[in-house]
Amino acid sequence: MISLTHYLSLSAVLFGISVAGIFINRKNVILLLMCVELLLLAVNFNFIALSRFMGDTTGQVFVFFVLTVAAAESAIGLAILVVLFRTRRSINVQELDVLRG
Amino acid sequence: MSNIYLAIVLCPLIAALIAGLCGRLIGRAGGHTVTILAVGASFAMSLLVLRDTLATGTVFNEPVYTWLVTDGVRMEVGFLVDRLTALMMVVVTFVSLMVHVYTIGYMHEDPGYQRFFSYISLFTFAMLMLVMSNNFMQLFFGWEAVGLVSYLLIGFWYTRPTAIFANLKAFLVNRIGDFGFLLGIATVLAYTGSLDFATVFGRAPELGAQTIEVFAGSPWSVATVACLLLFVGAMGKSAQMPLHVWLPDSMEGPTPISALIHAATMVTAGVFMVARMSPLFEQSEVALTTVMVIGATTALFTGFMGVVVNDIKRVVAYSTLSQLGYMTTALGASAYAAGIFHLMTHAFFKALLFLAAGSVIVALHHEQDIRRMGGLRRYLPVTYWTSLVGSLALIGFPGFAGFFSKDALIEAVEAATIPGSGYAAGCLLIGVFVTALYSFRMFFLVFHGNERMDEHTRQHAHESPWVITVPLILLAIPSFAIGWFTLGPVVFGDYFGPAIAVAPPHDVLAQLGREFHGPGGFLLHGMLSLPVALSLAGVAVAWFAYLYRPGLPERIRRVLDLPYRILVNKYYFDDFNEKVLARGARGIGRVLWKGGDVAVIDGAFVNGSARLVGWCSGVMRQLQTGYLYHYAFAMVVGLSVLLAWVLSRG
Repeated sequence: MISLTHYLSLSAVLFGISVAGIFINRKNVILLLMCVELLLLAVNFNFIALSRFMGDTTGQVFVFFVLTVAAAESAIGLAILVVLFRTRRSINVQELDVLRG
Repeated sequence: MSNIYLAIVLCPLIAALIAGLCGRLIGRAGGHTVTILAVGASFAMSLLVLRDTLATGTVFNEPVYTWLVTDGVRMEVGFLVDRLTALMMVVVTFVSLMVHVYTIGYMHEDPGYQRFFSYISLFTFAMLMLVMSNNFMQLFFGWEAVGLVSYLLIGFWYTRPTAIFANLKAFLVNRIGDFGFLLGIATVLAYTGSLDFATVFGRAPELGAQTIEVFAGSPWSVATVACLLLFVGAMGKSAQMPLHVWLPDSMEGPTPISALIHAATMVTAGVFMVARMSPLFEQSEVALTTVMVIGATTALFTGFMGVVVNDIKRVVAYSTLSQLGYMTTALGASAYAAGIFHLMTHAFFKALLFLAAGSVIVALHHEQDIRRMGGLRRYLPVTYWTSLVGSLALIGFPGFAGFFSKDALIEAVEAATIPGSGYAAGCLLIGVFVTALYSFRMFFLVFHGNERMDEHTRQHAHESPWVITVPLILLAIPSFAIGWFTLGPVVFGDYFGPAIAVAPPHDVLAQLGREFHGPGGFLLHGMLSLPVALSLAGVAVAWFAYLYRPGLPERIRRVLDLPYRILVNKYYFDDFNEKVLARGARGIGRVLWKGGDVAVIDGAFVNGSARLVGWCSGVMRQLQTGYLYHYAFAMVVGLSVLLAWVLSRG
């Protein structure tokens, strides 16, 4: 029997993987975007599991909102990525440090 | 009546404005006409006022305009016209009128002709405001206004560096005095809550009873503190030691103003003020003693300096200092009436002496050194006779105005019993001899003896025009005659009435008055007294040393080298002021500038805080790597810490 704990653990693992991906990845902005998506999916997973557990569908409605916003966000993120590549001829995260003080 | 008082004051002011602002429009003749008419009108109306107060004895004391009321303190323009004021008004306007007329001749070639008339008219206005005020506020206004005009006139020839130095010096020294004066007014205001003379004098006994701790642990009577502070103001304006240093230098100004401002009227403002404040001063024996000692010291020691200077105007200036010392001593002895009486006679004969000196200077084409004069008696007969009258009045020759005032004054000081009166009387007696010595030294060197000027000057030496000689003659008349008919009522009578208050134990003049039987008796009594003998001795010594044996002073000078050098260097007052006070002040200023301003304020506070912010941001910028993952990491860590905190609080 798969209990709530399993779902939550899976979600936590996914979250941890995506956070680690954000920190460890030093090369590719695309990977960064993917990690952000994964982050959101892990959260979604939490929402659905808890919604089912509590018998309240509000959590599942929330997931749709999150998915919509995530789609919009990744579209914008990719657009930024394209512009970034055009101006700097690189999407290497290590080189993107113009915010440095 | 108040319209007449307003007119007396405002006539000279309006004339000053016309001559000053429209000087070019009205031309030179217009400039002197308008101011002389205005001052003449003031003089005529002052005479009316004097006649009125003599006839009725009424005292006018009313405000004419309220400037502002703040916290119950009324600041007003008001007039207090009693017999003291009336006397001062007549003296001021008369001498001013004479000087106005004289100026036509003295300044006729000067490019600043209308400006000069404007200034002296403005001075007349300010001086009248001072003597007619019925409150401390207006007194202070007049006080400062005469100081301002004095400053402007000492530096009248503003292209001369010495004149600019002298007027700055006069201004700065007076500032010290005015500081004390202002503190004195503040003390009076703080303890009585009023600036009005009548109110303050009404509460004078209270001030004498209250105490104030100036230094911790030593309670002083409020009256003592207030009077000493007020007297500091008088020391500045009336040039008492050690604030006398500005007066000799003020001779850089044109001679008419030396006569009007720095001899006859403005410098006597301090004397007038102390006499006006007599109810306050009577409350404090300490203040009276201080006044007396300072006055006597000034009277004697500035007289000595008059013996060694060679500038004709400076000799007269030192004699002014010395005579101011006499007046101040009389005030300290509570013989206010004698002080004011001497002020009046002195105004006439000192103005006369100055104007005569000016006449000599004009005749010799602006030569001022008495060593290069001599024998001028033949060339300047009118000046000769008038300055003889002036000099005799100054030394107190029996029968002349100065005799009555000075003799009464000295007797009053001798009769005084407060501490210091013995010293004061001694100083004054020696002073009589010194006065006679320097006066006749100058007189003989200028008018008698060999003609020591160069040939060119001698050929052009001639008597001055009538605008110069007429004021001399008009001033010579009161210099001779005024004592005869004013001595009785002013000094020993009840002329001043309630205007001057003297506490019965101090009232030396009343004691003397009991033995007074008219000026004739006074004259006979005075003939046999010590002062007259001393002054005749002074004249004799002057005659012996400067006419009979002209080589003698030089030999004496060589023998008494050290005292001579001290006198020529004016007791090193100027050196002390310049080397210690001025340099010290500059040193303190430099320390405060370098240490306080540059190092602490600019260095530590202003630049220091900027540098601190810069250093902090330098440290902080190390945190801003620009890498996304660092920001994300910080975000996650921050979030977890926050969550942990929220959750742990439950």
